[in-house]
Amino acid sequence: MTTLIEAKGLSRIYEVHRGPFAKPLELKALSDASFTVEAGTTLAVVGESGCGKSTLARLLTMIEPASSGELTIDGHDVTAGSRRNLKALRQTVQIIFQNPYGSLNPRQKIGSILEEPLKINTSLSASERRERALKMLREVGLRPEHYERYPHMFSGGQRQRVAVARALMLEPKILVLDEPVSALDVSIQAQILNLLADLQDSHGLTYIFISHDLSVVRHVADEVMVMYLGRPVERASASELFANPRHPYTRALLSATPIADPERRGDRIRLVGELPSPFNPPTGCAFHPRCPLANDRCRREAPVMKPAGEAVVSCHAVEEGRTSV
Amino acid sequence: MALLEIRNLSVSFATHSGQFLAVDGVDLTVDSGEVVAIVGESGSGKSVAMLAVMGLLPPTATVSADRIMFEGKDLQTISAAARRKIIGKDIAMIFQEPIASLNPCFTVGFQIGETLRYHLGLDRAARHKRAIELLNAVGMPEPERRLSAFPHQLSGGMSQRVMIAMAMACEPKLLIADEPTTALDVTIQAQILELLVSLQKDKGMGLVLITHDMGVVAETAERVVVQYAGQQVERQAVRPLFRTPHHPYTAALLAALPDRATGDRLPSIPGVVPGQGDRPHGCLFHPRCAYADDRCRTVVPARQGPEAGEALCHYPLNVQTEAAS
Repeated sequence: MTTLIEAKGLSRIYEVHRGPFAKPLELKALSDASFTVEAGTTLAVVGESGCGKSTLARLLTMIEPASSGELTIDGHDVTAGSRRNLKALRQTVQIIFQNPYGSLNPRQKIGSILEEPLKINTSLSASERRERALKMLREVGLRPEHYERYPHMFSGGQRQRVAVARALMLEPKILVLDEPVSALDVSIQAQILNLLADLQDSHGLTYIFISHDLSVVRHVADEVMVMYLGRPVERASASELFANPRHPYTRALLSATPIADPERRGDRIRLVGELPSPFNPPTGCAFHPRCPLANDRCRREAPVMKPAGEAVVSCHAVEEGRTSV
Repeated sequence: MALLEIRNLSVSFATHSGQFLAVDGVDLTVDSGEVVAIVGESGSGKSVAMLAVMGLLPPTATVSADRIMFEGKDLQTISAAARRKIIGKDIAMIFQEPIASLNPCFTVGFQIGETLRYHLGLDRAARHKRAIELLNAVGMPEPERRLSAFPHQLSGGMSQRVMIAMAMACEPKLLIADEPTTALDVTIQAQILELLVSLQKDKGMGLVLITHDMGVVAETAERVVVQYAGQQVERQAVRPLFRTPHHPYTAALLAALPDRATGDRLPSIPGVVPGQGDRPHGCLFHPRCAYADDRCRTVVPARQGPEAGEALCHYPLNVQTEAAS
C-alpha cells in the first residue's frame, strides 16, 4: 500500500479583526495535526463542533493554505507547491459537503452541475462531457432523465447523490466527506453510505470522512482520529479505538453516544461543562477543565501525541498509566 | 384518567396544489410520570401532531379529532382564553433550535420572568428569585449573572437549558420536547437528556419526546410510537420494540442503523417517504416494503392487536415467534 496523504504538524491560525484600532485576535483552528492516510482506506475525523475538523477539510482540499506544517498529497508537497502545481493537484482531491440543499446551485441543471468541473479543467468536447455526465449519473444510482432537471426537483438523498457524482467527475483519488450524511434521514443515510462504500471499491478511492456521529464512523472507518479544540487527541485503527478507547475524551464521547438498544442502557461517563472558547484555550491540556483525570501536570503542561499500545494518544494520564486523579 | 388523550387526530394543510394530509388518524395517551417517544423520519408528522395539541399551527392548517382531552378538559371546545391558561403552564414545549426559539431582543431573565408573570402573577422580586432557582435546577453555571445575558451570549447547550427552565417555570404536568438535542453536540446531548429525564422523574411529569434518533429513544423512552407519512405504524414498549419490531418499516429502520449493522453494507430502505403528490393506495409503506403484495397495494391495512405491536400492516412480523416463546 502507498501513502497518499501525509501531514506533519499541520496548523491553521485565523486572525479575527475586532475593529480598526484593536489588535486582531488569533484563533488556532487547527494545531499540530500529524497523520498519514494509505491509498484506498478511510480516515475518519471525529469531534464536536469547533474541534477543527472542517478546517482540516479546507486544508486538505487546498481551499486554504496551512499556517505552518507540511502536507504531502500523492507525492507532491502542497505547502511548497507553485500555483500551477496546486491547480493540477486540486483535481485529485474533491469534497462533498454536509448540506445537499446548500451545495448545489438552484439555477443550474444537474447536467451542467456535473459538466462544470470538466469545462474548467479539461478540453473535452460538449458531447464527450455529456457522455461522461450521463455515465456518472448511472454510477451514483440516478437515471439519465435526471440530466435535464433542477436540484429542487430532488429529495435530500438524491441531491447528495448528485454531489457525489460532481465530486467524481474529475476522477479524483481522494474524497473529503464533510458530514456527508448528517443532514439525511436514517433510511436515506444507509443508501448514501452504501453508495460511498461501492464507489470506494470500484474506484479505489481514499476517503477522509469527517463526522460527529460515532455509530456511522464505526461502520465506515479504517482509521480514526479524534479531535478536541483544534488538536488531535487520539489516533488508532477503528477496531482498536472502539474496543479500547484510551483518551478520556474519546471514552466520554463513546459513552455519551446513545446506543440503539434499550437492554444496554448503561451508566454514562458524565462530562461536565462545555467546550472552552478557542480564543482563550485552557492552559496545559485543552481538555483538563472537563477531564475526570486531570491533575496539576495536566493544568500546566500540554501533552503531545505519543504511542500507547496500538494507538497514538495525547494525554498525560494515559502516558503515566494513571486511572484516577 | 389519562393526562393527555388524543383520538383520531388529523391535520391537513391547504397548499397551492391542494390539501396535504400531514397527520392521519393519530391516537395517543400519556399518563403522568411516563416517557413516550414519537419517532419517525422528516415529514412523518410527528411535530405537527404535537403542535396541533398546543394550538400552534398556522391558519392554513385544518385540525380534526374525535377527542383531544387534557386532564378531562376538551382542548377543542374550550375558549381561546381558557386554552392559553393551560398552554405554557400545564403543557409546556421545548423546540429543536434553542437559539432560534429565544427572542434575541430580551434577556434570559426577562424571558423566563414573562411566563412567571403571566401564569403565576409573581411580582418582580419573586420572579427574580424563581428564575435563579430555575436556572440552578437546569444546571446553568452562575445563574444570577446569566439572568442579564442575551441569547446570543449563550452556547447551544446553554440556550437549551434556558428553554427547559422556561418550560419548567410553572411546573407543567406535561412536557413536549420536540427534538430537544438534535442541534447539540454528543456530550451536551447526553447532559440535556439526563437533565430532562431527571426533571421528569422528580416532578412526575408526563414527557413526550419527539425524535428521529433511535439511540435517544432506546436510552430514554418507556413507550414508543413509530410514525410514517403521518400515520402511526407501530406502538410498543421500548424493549419489545427493539427486540421484536412488528411493522416492516420499524424493522427496516432499525436494521438501517449503522450501530446495529453486522455486514459490510447497510440494509437500506429503497425509495423515499411519499409526499403530497405520490401518496400510494393501500398501505402507505408498500412501495418501499420488502414484503408487500397485491393486498398491500390495494387494501388499506387495519390496526393489529397489541400482540402485534398495534402495527398498521396486513402481515406483521415476528408474531408467530412471540406466540411460540
